[in-house]
Amino acid sequence: MDAHLGTIVAGVLAGTVSRVLTLYLDYRQYPGYPHGYITHLSLGFIASALGAVAVPAILEQDYTAVTFLALAAQQFREVRGMERKTLERLDENELVKRGSDYIEGIARTFEARNYLTMACAFFTSIAYQLGKTPAAVLMAALTLVFVRAFMAGESIGDICEVVPARIWFKGPVLMVEDISFINVGLPEVREKIAREGLAVLVKPANADARATVCDLGQRQAMAHTVALLLGTKKDVDLPELTPLARIDPETGTVGLFTVPLERDAEALVMAVKRTPVLESARARPLKAQAGRLAARR
Amino acid sequence: MSTDARILAVVTEDMSLVGGGAPIFFARSPEERERIARYLARALDAMVHDLENGVYIIARH
Repeated sequence: MDAHLGTIVAGVLAGTVSRVLTLYLDYRQYPGYPHGYITHLSLGFIASALGAVAVPAILEQDYTAVTFLALAAQQFREVRGMERKTLERLDENELVKRGSDYIEGIARTFEARNYLTMACAFFTSIAYQLGKTPAAVLMAALTLVFVRAFMAGESIGDICEVVPARIWFKGPVLMVEDISFINVGLPEVREKIAREGLAVLVKPANADARATVCDLGQRQAMAHTVALLLGTKKDVDLPELTPLARIDPETGTVGLFTVPLERDAEALVMAVKRTPVLESARARPLKAQAGRLAARR
Repeated sequence: MSTDARILAVVTEDMSLVGGGAPIFFARSPEERERIARYLARALDAMVHDLENGVYIIARH
């Protein structure tokens, strides 16, 4: 056991640090439930322990011990379920819902991060076994860089141009540039929206981006992020002020309107740009020949 | 994005324009129509839509 102590400690340390780092990256998606942090840090610790212990087990020729990794996989699937259930419950009382696509994305990310933690611990343990501390430090640093780069993901700003847009009314219909939104019946609400509302146009850079922002879940995620970062004047009895994202079917441009607490166009553009591209919404028509043909024009 | 939008009430100045299943509220002036629509919308947590023919519908989305 003593012979492998260093190996295990190195792996557990590296794994836990990687989990802490990815939890920090999460901040935007995970608005600080202290108990959530504890849960995920403990699970991260367990994941890294499993990854780290696998190496000595193999060295001791205790091959069956590796099967507990399967147990770990089972455990992490439960993490996904737990995360999904929590967020779905909380979403019921959100004024501007995250939407099931966003929730599924977050839950899946949490599962995947545990695998990454485990892999990080596993590789660091191997490195320690082969080259002691210097190798372990180097490997840990490498895997941490990889984890950060890998988990950062794309955001709307990477695939679309976001520009401020004008809100106006065509009769009772709320318009953002040429995109029609909703019919707002009461004149005082129309005045409020015209006075206090803000809008942007999200212009996709290519056919892939167009297919991605067309997704309803992705649009809901943008509306949610905007409401989260800038606030919203919506209340249960003021559904007219719900942030909405609608598409112009001719061009694929998405218009987004909101009545924020802080009326700051620059902040709105930034909030939309920072919305993560959801895994479920991401589409790659340009990877297929038919998609490339359709995008020729 | 729900697809189960429902008309909860109709507010009109001209009874000949409306009929059917939703409760209908008759108003004698545009001001009264607006007021009724506003009260109904707030009470029902719903939205007012203007059909531009003197008829307002109160709908929940």
